[in-house]
Amino acid sequence: MTDKKKSGCCEVALDEAAGLEQLRNAVELYRRKPGALIPILQAAQEIFGYLPESALRLISGELGKSYSEVAGVVSFYSFFSTTPRGKHLVRVCLGTACYVRGGKEVLDALRQKLGIEVGETTADRNFSLEVARCFGACGLAPVIMVDEDVHQRVKPRKVNEILDRYRTRQS
Amino acid sequence: MDKKYILVKDTRRAGSNQTEHFAGLLAAKIQASPAAEAVQVVRAADIGFYDQGLVLKFLPGGPVYLNVSEADLDRVVRETVVGGRVLEDLAAAGTARQLRVVLRNCGVINPENLEEYIRRDGYRALSRALFEYTPDKVIEEFKKSGLRGRGGAGYPTWLKWHLTRSVPGAEKYVICNADEGDPGAYMDRSILEGDPHSVLEGMIIAGYAIGANHGYFYIRAEYPLAIERIGKAIEQARERGLLGTGILGSDFNFEVDIRLGAGAFVCGEETALIASIEGKRGTPRPRPPYPSVSGLWGKPTSINNVETFANVPVVMTRGGDWFAGIGTEKSKGTKVFAVTGKVKNSGLVEVPMGVTLRQIVFDIGGGVRSGKKIKAVQTGGPSGGVIPEDRLDTPVDYENLQKLGSIMGSGGMIVMDEDDCMVDIAKFYLGFCVEESCGKCAPCRIGTYQLLKILERISEGEGRSEDLDRLRLIAQAMQKASLCGLGQTASNPVLSTLNYFETEYREHIQAKRCRSFKCRDLLTYSIIQSKCKRCRQCFLNCPVQAISGDREVGFYIQLDKCIKCGKCFEVCKFNAIARE
Ligand SMILES: Cc1cc2nc3c(=O)[nH]c(=O)nc-3n(C[C@H](O)[C@H](O)[C@H](O)COP(=O)(O)O)c2cc1C
Ligand code: FES
Repeated sequence: MTDKKKSGCCEVALDEAAGLEQLRNAVELYRRKPGALIPILQAAQEIFGYLPESALRLISGELGKSYSEVAGVVSFYSFFSTTPRGKHLVRVCLGTACYVRGGKEVLDALRQKLGIEVGETTADRNFSLEVARCFGACGLAPVIMVDEDVHQRVKPRKVNEILDRYRTRQS
Repeated sequence: MDKKYILVKDTRRAGSNQTEHFAGLLAAKIQASPAAEAVQVVRAADIGFYDQGLVLKFLPGGPVYLNVSEADLDRVVRETVVGGRVLEDLAAAGTARQLRVVLRNCGVINPENLEEYIRRDGYRALSRALFEYTPDKVIEEFKKSGLRGRGGAGYPTWLKWHLTRSVPGAEKYVICNADEGDPGAYMDRSILEGDPHSVLEGMIIAGYAIGANHGYFYIRAEYPLAIERIGKAIEQARERGLLGTGILGSDFNFEVDIRLGAGAFVCGEETALIASIEGKRGTPRPRPPYPSVSGLWGKPTSINNVETFANVPVVMTRGGDWFAGIGTEKSKGTKVFAVTGKVKNSGLVEVPMGVTLRQIVFDIGGGVRSGKKIKAVQTGGPSGGVIPEDRLDTPVDYENLQKLGSIMGSGGMIVMDEDDCMVDIAKFYLGFCVEESCGKCAPCRIGTYQLLKILERISEGEGRSEDLDRLRLIAQAMQKASLCGLGQTASNPVLSTLNYFETEYREHIQAKRCRSFKCRDLLTYSIIQSKCKRCRQCFLNCPVQAISGDREVGFYIQLDKCIKCGKCFEVCKFNAIARE
């Protein structure tokens, strides 16, 4: 379970009880620091791959904050997700540099190839599709990121090849 | 003697990367030359040029060679490395205009090695500040330097520090704004990754000047390597007594923490950023009180941008007067830009303030990639505007860009050519602002949405003649009434495109025409029968089967089925698809 951290956004391999236990440790680590809520939420998302309600309840109880305050913070930041994601997260950059170099066409191709819209996950739970704003690789636009890998100068015609690499890989 | 460096990078596309091979060859040749001791070959991660074959960059201050072949290497060593002469046939045009102050160490040192930073004068500024300067004298030096904030607004750094220092109280904070929100810019990322200690040193000096004992780095979560490098730099500094209690044996204490952004553009705004560090929703609040009076946890706080901090050690070691000698009357020093978009050599450039946009885009950037005509340059991201071709001779500084209806911003510079539709670009930025508006104040929340709806209408061919006045009216209201910088500047992309490219807007509205062929709803595709070779490529590639016919009778596009995706236009090898 140690390589859990690496896959970050992906798999929900942990069962919930073990995850909550890990989360309790993270809470202990941060709780005395001022402004601990967001670092704890980030830790929780690392653990589960998303933020299940049970985790939010635990955090609100441990920090003595109302559930609505916690949920309010979660909903504000686009980094947080309350629905499970697929095994691989595909993020298409729609920052300006990528936009003027055809990022939208890349997104269209991915939507078509995956058969899902932005924010959705494929039926086989293999891929989730999201839009991002600049990975700081603008010199080689358009850029997409699959999990932690940056793919540069992506051509709409070639997206399937990129996806194939992840279809066969067991992460 | 100062050591010289040659950065090496094979910039051909992935798969053919031979950086290591060439670096080895070059190093061996230099070893065998009289210059063996004086020059070091360094493999670069990003050299600022792409698709230019093998690139060599001579530091400090030397030329950049592009498309160097193996056969050239002997000549390079003999003439340039040993003889100090520039080989004109290899040199990239305009590299001479660059001046590396902020990026002085980027790509030159190993960013994870504190020793290498120290060898290049690292932490000398801090030691000088602590032992030779009082805090007030530090601030005085920055007043002399004329350094202004690089995060966008260009507020004088010394004044921000002075104001924060003047507020009574024992508990104060320094924050480094590394949220780099402008989509399409990566200056701050490169500095954090390439020279983390310079930013950290800048922050500690700021803490000393202000009388703060605690600093926060607020870094975008999208920059994992930057986060890692700053983390390492902090640890190393702590071990060496450059952070913690009694820094370098003085009586100054300073501690640093890292907080990660969580994907909200508005959190780059200082009051929203503070709310985010406090663990709340990152919404801005009205100013005054300014953070210098009441910031993090209600205490006096100074927020500075990454690049601002990276300038700080240089000002301290070389002096405010030296710094003030670079740049224009009111904008001192250099500025780092991320030049991207339709430009040939995209990458980071650092130039003295006052260099013209044309010099940046053409002399350094190599002009437009496609060979098409340049239409405009966008600076300042969603808060900035477009600058048309006929204004490119303007010297870049804070005041000039503002006069042109844009802003300096954090340094994003996006080159646009004839294929970029100005209505579409305005729509792009407004779409961004609608998503990123935090919703707290009505002028921004409703205004951005209204602007976007009108722009969408225009790009769909439903524009009305009164729309242009409406855009201007809404824009004005947002500028005056929005709570924070996001809303106050969100209309800049609309106003500047409208100001310089009103004819393009009018064409969309009246002639239902998009001259850049970007606005899908205004296009029609048809097959020019006289040019068609009946190869069937369009027929096979149409995603919605809108093309009918066969090789006998020819092919036709059924307009009621066509979704105007442009696929047929793209795949036709005979220019037989007409697009109007
Ligand atoms: C909507 C909005 C987004 C901003 N984003 C950033 C940012 O990403 N990075 C940054 O340094 N400053 C950003 N700023 C400017 C900051 O509010 C602040 O002025 C700056 O960090 C001050 O540092 P400086 O004086 O060194 O420039 C933003 C401002 C606004 C209104
Ligand atoms: S705009 Fe896409 S990586 Fe910067």
